[in-house]
Amino acid sequence: MAHWIEPHPTGIYVRPADAWIDPSLPQERALVTHGHADHARGGHGHVWATRETLAIMGLRYGTASGTAVDYGEEVRLGGVRIRYVPAGHVLGSAQILLEHAGERVVVTGDYKRRPDPTCLPFEPVPCDIFVTEATFGLPVFRHPDTGSEMDRLLAALHANPDRCVLVGAYALGKAQRVISELRGRGHHDAIYIHGALERMCSLYQDFGVDLGELRPATGVAAKDMRGHIILSPPSALNDRWSRRLPDPINAMASGWMRVRQRARQKNVELPLVISDHADWDELTDTIREVAPTETWITHGREEALLHWCMTHQIRARALALVGREDEDEG
Amino acid sequence: MRAFSQLLDGLVYTRSRNGKLGLIAAYMRAAPDPDRGWALAALTGSLDLKAVKSSAIGDMIRARTDPILYEMSRDYVGDLAETVALLWPKRTDQPAELDDGSLSLSAVIGRLQNVTRAAAPDTLAQMMDHLDSSGRFALLKLATGGLRVGISARLAKTGFAQAFDLDVDDVEQVWHALSPPYAALFDWAEGRSGRPDPEGTPYFRPFMLAHPLEAESVDLTDYAAEWKWDGIRIQIVGTGSETRLYSRAGDDISGSFPEIAAAFTGHAVLDGELLVKGEFQGGEAASFNALQQRLGRKAVTTKMMEDYPAFVRLYDLLIEGDQDLRAQPWHQRRARLEAFVPTLDPKRFDLSQVIKADDFAALADIRAGARDAAIEGVMLKRRDSPYVAGRKAALWYKWKRDPLTADCVMMYAQRGHGKRSSFYSDYTFGCWTPDGELLPVGKAYSGFTDEELKWLDRFVRQNTVNRFGPVREVEKTLVLEVAFDSIHDSKRHKSGLAMRFPRIARIRKDKPAHEADTVEGLKKLVV
Repeated sequence: MAHWIEPHPTGIYVRPADAWIDPSLPQERALVTHGHADHARGGHGHVWATRETLAIMGLRYGTASGTAVDYGEEVRLGGVRIRYVPAGHVLGSAQILLEHAGERVVVTGDYKRRPDPTCLPFEPVPCDIFVTEATFGLPVFRHPDTGSEMDRLLAALHANPDRCVLVGAYALGKAQRVISELRGRGHHDAIYIHGALERMCSLYQDFGVDLGELRPATGVAAKDMRGHIILSPPSALNDRWSRRLPDPINAMASGWMRVRQRARQKNVELPLVISDHADWDELTDTIREVAPTETWITHGREEALLHWCMTHQIRARALALVGREDEDEG
Repeated sequence: MRAFSQLLDGLVYTRSRNGKLGLIAAYMRAAPDPDRGWALAALTGSLDLKAVKSSAIGDMIRARTDPILYEMSRDYVGDLAETVALLWPKRTDQPAELDDGSLSLSAVIGRLQNVTRAAAPDTLAQMMDHLDSSGRFALLKLATGGLRVGISARLAKTGFAQAFDLDVDDVEQVWHALSPPYAALFDWAEGRSGRPDPEGTPYFRPFMLAHPLEAESVDLTDYAAEWKWDGIRIQIVGTGSETRLYSRAGDDISGSFPEIAAAFTGHAVLDGELLVKGEFQGGEAASFNALQQRLGRKAVTTKMMEDYPAFVRLYDLLIEGDQDLRAQPWHQRRARLEAFVPTLDPKRFDLSQVIKADDFAALADIRAGARDAAIEGVMLKRRDSPYVAGRKAALWYKWKRDPLTADCVMMYAQRGHGKRSSFYSDYTFGCWTPDGELLPVGKAYSGFTDEELKWLDRFVRQNTVNRFGPVREVEKTLVLEVAFDSIHDSKRHKSGLAMRFPRIARIRKDKPAHEADTVEGLKKLVV
């Protein structure tokens, strides 16, 4: 079915539109689901994406040549009707809905089903072919309630007034979500941020996400950061950068933190299981909900999800896409 | 249970020793009795529940979830208990990540102690439904008999001592007069009663250990030389009415070697090497390989005792009757030991002989010529050294035999456990047969640096030719220089060889695989 859409190692090709979805190589026409680097690359001829995603790509690659597509707006390319539907992953993230020849295909990009104060929630769309991610496609991945994880973060902060809590969080999405969740729980103290997060936080604020008072962590005396939360990209946790912080408690906000040894390998003392990806229950519930005739699994632990589909009488196949999955994104 | 499972999680994630001690101390002060006593028993390894086998836990989860998804999960996570704790499907009316507080640690232990093997899986399952994933992890670790949270019994006792401002050596002294859940210990620590008295019980004394010899030579007028036997160091503690055997870590291993404990009826404390007699060496000590058959077994069959007869080669006499000899110089203790050994059953006990050498050069020659499988090297002991706990500089040295090495080709790799889960860190390697085939000769999972591990992991992932469950077969192109202490005949391996303590000495990226060593060549090194 749907012979007009072709999975390739470098992306999904929509033949009648002559366009690629999230191509990993520069292409003339690219439909981009969201701004993470493994989905949005630089160097494409023309990009169709949400306004927010285009802004993020502009920030990262300096090129914003593209067509901004609003959620729900219909775009026609070579007879294919295309709509962008919220995916709940990060600011501007979208599922791409394609309709052609009486068939409907949904490409999720990355998604989650839990509430996130920084982006619109995922909208399930019934379809014939559902192209899903599977980052956390193993039943051991069951993300706990976000609130309880934030409470653990605040408890560690309050129990150690002479130290600071350094939270490793991916620069696009996770960092802003953690800040926003903290604000939502009544934490209004200044939050210090690593230089690599500054521009993305400003971009979120420009789109109306309230992040409260943020201060650069550079050039601040260690004693002034005591009792505060500091955010950095995960790579800075064990880097020289963190040595000048006041006795930091290393935390990390990631779905991978569910596995003890993963946290230990990264020298994390306070693992926070907060993910922007669907966990196992969300993946399987979503497949049941959209009830596709066929499920395509793009990247992650696709073997397990494939097996689950087979044992639930759901036709499925794994696509071997290259270059996907930066673990920091979990 | 939640306070205990949080303590375990904290111990897993906290890197610094002081941080760990602080967590243990805080728990010991705050937790109620008898929970904290059971926790102390669990942390010091004094709790041996073994209510269920790992295989029974595997069966439990397979009955409740898709076995294939379970296998995939376990391969990814790398630890059975953690996989099952994360995967456990609770009843749908129970929140997955909530410890409902209905189970105390004491209640859990009480139920595990009184359950039969057959009923254990059901009992466990009922308890699992009341816990969060941390609690389920703690429960499964308790039920299978090993917490493995990376702390030693000594660290746990130090944390306990810190909680109540006690001296940890004092805690060690009274420890063996006590048993879980240590009510008398907590009464003493919190000033409700006097110090428990360990006298009259066969309690453990800390071992004296040796530094590796780094100097070029030592003067044999100051140092005596003795063989370093390749068995396990044990301490025999007899009170006249009871005898216990302790391993170097202070674990009571009397149950694994009942014939030794039974053969010793004296009132003394001795230090020696536990060995088994080998049939190949005409009644002499056999290789460590033979001893391994007896290690770690809780119950020993008569056949095992006959096939692998154990004996102790004695090094030192710490206490004789009521007389503590530890402060005396080695040569005086040695004289007492030589007089003591003939009173013992010669089938089970003999004396580790002093090596006679005129000077250090002569000793080096003797060491180089030693081919006995049970010899690991030479010990050098200062003739005037007292018997003191731990490693004290310049008193005792160990001078191990140089390791042997072979160039082997990596054949298979498997993910590691613990902090290496998700890294391919266990390597099976082989050498060439005359027909030009590779035959596995051993398996190693140490010797490399973190950087090298990353490189090896990447090599495995990029050169996989086949997968068998958690095992990957790799392209036979990478030569590993493997170091090992000795090599023995083995019926268990197709190559007929078994290495003792193989480890990766170097990655030989420079060497083509066909230039690796042959199985025939390795056989020449067998002792």
